[in-house]
Amino acid sequence: MPQIEELVRNIVSKTGADRENLLPILQEVTRHERYLSEEALTQIAKAMDISCAEVYGVASFYTFLDTVPRGQNIIRICKTISCYMAGKDKIVRAIEKKLRIKLGETTPDNRFTFLATNCIGWCHKGPAMLINDKVYTELTAEKAVAALEEYL
Amino acid sequence: MTKTDIINEHTKKVNLIFEDCNCWDIIDKVLSMPPDAVLSDINASGLKGRGGAGFPTGLKWKSAKEQPSNERFVICNADEGEPGTFKDRQILHERAHKVFTGMTLCAHTIGNVSKGYLYLRAEYNDLLERLQKDLDEFNEGLKARNFPFTINIISGSGAYVCGEETALLDSMEGKRGEPRNKPPFPTVSGFKGKPTVINNVETLVYCTMIMLIGPEEFLKLGTKDSRGAKVFCISGDADVKGIYELELGMKVDEFVELFGDGDTKAVQVGGSSGHCVPRKKFSETFLGFEGVPTGGSMMLFNSSRSMYHVLHNYLEFFQEESCGLCTPCRIGCQQLLRGIEAVKRGEKPSTYLDELIAMARTMRIASKCGLGQSVPNPFISIVENFREEIIY
Repeated sequence: MPQIEELVRNIVSKTGADRENLLPILQEVTRHERYLSEEALTQIAKAMDISCAEVYGVASFYTFLDTVPRGQNIIRICKTISCYMAGKDKIVRAIEKKLRIKLGETTPDNRFTFLATNCIGWCHKGPAMLINDKVYTELTAEKAVAALEEYL
Repeated sequence: MTKTDIINEHTKKVNLIFEDCNCWDIIDKVLSMPPDAVLSDINASGLKGRGGAGFPTGLKWKSAKEQPSNERFVICNADEGEPGTFKDRQILHERAHKVFTGMTLCAHTIGNVSKGYLYLRAEYNDLLERLQKDLDEFNEGLKARNFPFTINIISGSGAYVCGEETALLDSMEGKRGEPRNKPPFPTVSGFKGKPTVINNVETLVYCTMIMLIGPEEFLKLGTKDSRGAKVFCISGDADVKGIYELELGMKVDEFVELFGDGDTKAVQVGGSSGHCVPRKKFSETFLGFEGVPTGGSMMLFNSSRSMYHVLHNYLEFFQEESCGLCTPCRIGCQQLLRGIEAVKRGEKPSTYLDELIAMARTMRIASKCGLGQSVPNPFISIVENFREEIIY
């Protein structure tokens, strides 16, 4: 896939190929591609002149760097204690119903991936979720569905 | 007086973190002071780190300063991942200048610092754009003063363990966020092997304020071992939730009286890695370093909650967030979780909990970093105080 090669080359030429830039490079590729494919990881390794295993090791360590295909929009609902107590299960069910997928899955049209994540720092306003970088708090089933509509 | 009035009384007494102030006045004053004088003010204030571990800030700065090097670094740890903690986000949202100012004061104090970094967790990416704008202005201001120091933002990618300072350093160096062996401590060999001060967001703001009001004023607040105030994050079954700056040294019963819903049976102090304080110990427990230390997280549970579910949620969290590098933490978190599930299902006798507690104690001694070392805090305090809820 020459596009990926070009994308990686462009990003690396901006950040520089120093080892400390690996994380920003992985983040930038993820921003464009939604996930890090084997091809992307290989190209990054090549551009930075380090081993593929090294790049994969770093990529697979971080929750926000996905190494499996993801939809255009990633929903991350908080499952940690305060959001759990505030009723995140109800929100999960509402989103599953709306998107007709289960938690952890991607819609067939590739528009959404629905994931659970650990504490996102909105414990006083749970249940909370992220869609991409945007935060939605004090969710009800209706509010969660309305939030999804913004991306449809 | 209503509860809100009393809370207002308390918060009126201390308003250091969120109060607006002219940071450039503070910077101009401090830059004209000899570094040793700044250090002695920070030392005199008795300020301890507000991220949770409570290491004396002045001592940390001094240690980095004394380490011979032609290059040092200042890092602000904004990888606020502890469940129940959300103060750093609010501080960066409202008062980012005071954080940058704190970093600048540190740079001046320890010397030979040309670069500072703010490590922001990925979950707070929505803050990035505005923060970068504020930072650009700030860096311009420093340039105008001919102070050779610039701050950059580095984004995390979703890993709780990166809040551990040495894991944070590895993450900044483009590696897996796995903790390093200590010693050497970051003040000796930190970012790129250079002496590095890593301070929490709130700690840096207190440094700024100490240089504004003077260490004597700061010393008037709090208790002997816990000087000053602290930003508390209140969540769970509370009538009043949110972020409140309170003087240190309050007792848990006083706290519950103010924020609880009248039916509080337990308070988890310090997030999932902190201690669970049951109702019977509310009156004897201090919020501060001489009692239960806290990074600010206060989660309240009322009698409708099953402490089994609370503990189960914590252990799932730790099992996922353990970096997997050292065996006691990697296997320990899994086994504690499986263990309480087996006891709940009746597959193991209730005495099995004692074996799990013994294993948790081993994790405290044998784990490499603060993550594995602190899993026993919630585990032991919940199992010992709510044993019947775990079993039945």
